Amino acid sequence: MLTFPTLLGAATLVFILMRLIPGDICLVRLGSGGTSFTAQALDACHAEIGIGRPWIVQYLEFLWGAVRFDFGTSMWSGKPVIAEIATRFPVSLEVAVLATVIAVSIAIPLGTISALKQNTWIDLLVRTVSIAGIASPSFWLGIMSILFVLDITQAITGHPWMPSIDYVPLWKDPIRNLSIVMLPALTVGYRYAAVSMRMTRSAMLEVLREDYIRTARAKGLLEKIIINRHALKNALLPVVTVIGIEFAFLIGGLVVTEQVFNLNGIGRLMVLSVQNQDYTLTQGLVILIVTIAVVSNLVVDLFYAWLDPRIRLS
Amino acid sequence: MTDLAPTPTSAAAFVDDTYVAPRGVVATSMRFLRRQPVGAIGMVIVVVFGFCGLFADWLAPYSPTSNDFAAMTEPPSWAHWLGTDQLGRDILSRILFGARTAFIVGITSAVVGGFSGLVLGVGSAYFGGRIDLILQRILDIVMSFPLIIMALAVVSIFGTGIHNVIVAITIPLIPRCSRVVRSSALAIREVPYVDAARALGYGHSRIILNHMVPNVVAPFLIMLTSFVGQAILAEASLSYLGLGVQEPVAAWGLMLQGGAEEYASTAPWIAVFPGLAIMLTVFGINLFGDSLRDVLDPKMRER
Amino acid sequence: MHVAMRAAIGGAAAILGVGAAAVAAETPKRGGTLVYMIPSDAPPSLDGHRETTFATIHTAAPFYSVLMRINPDNPSSTNDFVCDLCTEMPKPADDGKTWTFKIRDGVKFHDGSPLTAADVGATWQAIIFPAQGTLSPRSANFMMVDKVEAPDASTVVFKLKYPTSAFLPALADPYGWIYEKKILDKDPHWYEKNVMGSGPFKFAGYETGQSIKGERNPDYYVKDRPYLDGFTGIFASKQATRIDALRADRASIEFRGLPPSARDELVNELGDKITVQDSDWNCGSVVTINEKVKPFDDVRVRRALTLAIDRWGGVPALSKIADVKTVGSIVFPGDPMAPNKDELTTIAGFWTDIEKSRAEAKRLLKEAGQENLTFEMLNRDVDQPYKYVGIWAVDQWSKIGVKVTQRVLPTGPWFEAERTGNFTVDLQANCHSIVNPLIDVQPYLPTSVSEQNYGNYEDPVEMDLYNKTLHETDPQKQHEAMFHFAKHVMDTQAHKLMMAWWYRIVPYRSYVKGWKISPSHYINQDLATIWLDK
Repeated sequence: MLTFPTLLGAATLVFILMRLIPGDICLVRLGSGGTSFTAQALDACHAEIGIGRPWIVQYLEFLWGAVRFDFGTSMWSGKPVIAEIATRFPVSLEVAVLATVIAVSIAIPLGTISALKQNTWIDLLVRTVSIAGIASPSFWLGIMSILFVLDITQAITGHPWMPSIDYVPLWKDPIRNLSIVMLPALTVGYRYAAVSMRMTRSAMLEVLREDYIRTARAKGLLEKIIINRHALKNALLPVVTVIGIEFAFLIGGLVVTEQVFNLNGIGRLMVLSVQNQDYTLTQGLVILIVTIAVVSNLVVDLFYAWLDPRIRLS
Repeated sequence: MTDLAPTPTSAAAFVDDTYVAPRGVVATSMRFLRRQPVGAIGMVIVVVFGFCGLFADWLAPYSPTSNDFAAMTEPPSWAHWLGTDQLGRDILSRILFGARTAFIVGITSAVVGGFSGLVLGVGSAYFGGRIDLILQRILDIVMSFPLIIMALAVVSIFGTGIHNVIVAITIPLIPRCSRVVRSSALAIREVPYVDAARALGYGHSRIILNHMVPNVVAPFLIMLTSFVGQAILAEASLSYLGLGVQEPVAAWGLMLQGGAEEYASTAPWIAVFPGLAIMLTVFGINLFGDSLRDVLDPKMRER
Repeated sequence: MHVAMRAAIGGAAAILGVGAAAVAAETPKRGGTLVYMIPSDAPPSLDGHRETTFATIHTAAPFYSVLMRINPDNPSSTNDFVCDLCTEMPKPADDGKTWTFKIRDGVKFHDGSPLTAADVGATWQAIIFPAQGTLSPRSANFMMVDKVEAPDASTVVFKLKYPTSAFLPALADPYGWIYEKKILDKDPHWYEKNVMGSGPFKFAGYETGQSIKGERNPDYYVKDRPYLDGFTGIFASKQATRIDALRADRASIEFRGLPPSARDELVNELGDKITVQDSDWNCGSVVTINEKVKPFDDVRVRRALTLAIDRWGGVPALSKIADVKTVGSIVFPGDPMAPNKDELTTIAGFWTDIEKSRAEAKRLLKEAGQENLTFEMLNRDVDQPYKYVGIWAVDQWSKIGVKVTQRVLPTGPWFEAERTGNFTVDLQANCHSIVNPLIDVQPYLPTSVSEQNYGNYEDPVEMDLYNKTLHETDPQKQHEAMFHFAKHVMDTQAHKLMMAWWYRIVPYRSYVKGWKISPSHYINQDLATIWLDK
């Protein structure tokens, strides 16, 4: 129930923010070609889009529509907002899922080892690599990785190679699809892994010092069992939070990565919709992103309850 | 790191021990340097770049903004240690001045965002009830709101420039800081001495300042450090999207945008050095922050 | 590095020479799919009648025919008009007030229905006299048209209110796609989201913001055309993506134009696998001064600002990194009406001695009491060439002690700031699709005449000079009249600071043949002449 005020607040915030931006979609539409346009054309455009109507009418319309999952049509393309989002959603989702898989499969084992071998060279190496991952701008990694692929293939085969730039869905051509999505997923996954790895390490360290682990060790239980059955499960709690929050962020948060890799995803759509001053599309996108954030919080809570029976869902 | 003094039993005791004790800043730093060599490396990196930023006017061999069409895209040489960019501007000079911009953006955002979060978090925890509820809901909204839309809107409304970049970066930091501070503060609020202080008729401000704030200082400082790094990275990302600091101001993110991408394979020095500057600085800040956490967070202390 | 760059540029020029000769010699081959990039995000709609962005043209032009156009085999010409759907370029009758076009027989829309004069008439009716609730941003170009008629299935007649030489260039509008009358009658908005034309390619798929696909139209009315089996246009708004894709041969060409650095990189890496065509671009970078704001109402201040800029020294250097190249007046360089170099160097800011020029600028500022002038320049959030020209201008003004900062805004807020006069100095671009200096200089006419002039000034003398030019019929005298007008705008009153003309550079895979560059990225985009030498 607490999600409702958050959604309403976010809806109101985006509604007001968009309208505070000077100019409007008609100026962008008529002017972006670089040629000049007449006031007459501007008026016709305004009339067509209905931009002059009172804010309160537009606001109530937006809310009433949102309640019925109807966000209207995009002011830019005239297509339903839902359809515009649906075109881009699979790309973002795919990169987010792939990056999460990459991150989790790197972060949890390495984080655990790092904690167990605290202050050895392995720990130092893992920590250095992970801090470097957090410290480098992700777009930078992206640009460099594309160039790296181009240069390496040119050096080896004489012909520079890069993945196709014409995206196809996974079910149509899995190989081409994966070749397109792999690099962005790796660059995003690296930073994501770095964050989760640090979290795993510190959570693990904390758990390892708990009394029950020490008791288990004193009782002579096998180290493997201690780690797998007792320590890791408890240490995963904060890690799951980080993964949940990061995942929600990835949908729509990959603005820069989608730009670098020319992916037609939600993040790029957000930038476009604000730049085009497309009120309806931006509003729909914000509702979507906030809903995802809220839902993923809920999922994290459920997962918590499953991992730690002491926590009761209230 | 294993020779640390006995672990204090509570955060309060520890914080008093390190920060309120009249041992002096120098002595405390020296102790930190000795016991956290990795953190010390981080600190040295940060101090070096901070020094560059502060004294850029004296250190920089050239003006960071003046174009030199006779020396466009020149590779590193004795005249230009790090080469020149496509407008013939000396990259070393721009990196030195860029350090200033980076620290202005990083520290201002972190401090403003951090302290606003601190005030809101402690206030929310202390007063509780309706104030807490409303504040938390507002922060929920800001936290779940897509950052990019916020940043784009701020920049579209006010225009690009260093002040607006700082605003765009600071806003999302506030709720994150306030969350952490609030939960630490809530734990203290239930401690009997706060009730006792209240019963004795101490004023709100006195209780908050004397009892609650010291107890949240540790997580707060750790967060503040990581905010500085995050803000520097955020500035770079915003610049990449054309929403950052504006030309001809020297800023690392800006140096990576546009031109750097264009020349990444023909004149790599244009792109490599500012990228390295960002990486090194944020790396240093994070190293320092990690060690700070090891020192400040009693739970994380090694035995 | 310098040597390398120069070699690259020299190499590019050499390749261009070879390429141009080869186009004429070779026989076109049939087949293949052209993959090209569209340097933008999705256009708002596919309806050329209502949009102004080139993205709509680069997306949908291959699906459509037009009535007439600039000769695709000679696209750099400014007045070589030829028929597309008409059979013969008409001679005007009725003292230049009636233009009668005969329409080709046997042309079919992609749905099989025949294309007749009724469709052509309905199309132009919709563009010139848009119905209530439909948008036609170029209708103002047709103020001279009284009515459009289609008296029979093969005749279209344009009746003008008065004879004018501006009519034909306007009618050659690259957006004038011929639509089907019965569809327009049913739903004037249908063409926004759908495609139904009679052009060389049939619609084969559109993924918003991702790609557009077309396949060969076997019933195309020009024999043996098009050569390609089909095309894929991919939206790629990031320049780095486009350069990388050309390098890895994921795409063969991007038609709008890339900066010089991209050309150098591609030629360096790929040698003769890359061909480069370049041309002056009918776009100029112009600084507009808001004369409502003090002290810019003082002509001495405005003249000082233009005198400070070392165009002869700076623009050639700038041309290595930004897509600008030619120093010129407000008239498209190379046009008969454009001033020659001797004339040009008499205009303030174009003197050959920059020291003398800057000394004069400092003197003027001192005289106006503005030695410590500082201001904020409005600029648009677009890299090429806005940002580069902006950085350069700021640096140039610093040489006469004027401190300038930039306020960079995204497109919408930028236009709003211009329109509401919320700026002091503004770096603009003036772009046109078909070179027509008399029309192209209209944005420089006083504010009450030209609503696109954001300078906020009135100047009756300027209007007199323009009208004299407009009505002059003798080419030599018109050239002189235009020069006086230009000098008034750029020097005497210094309303506009002409910075540099844009330069269009299109590097592409050498196996792409049959395409010729023009001064406008709006024209010659139907891909009918392109073939692949693979």
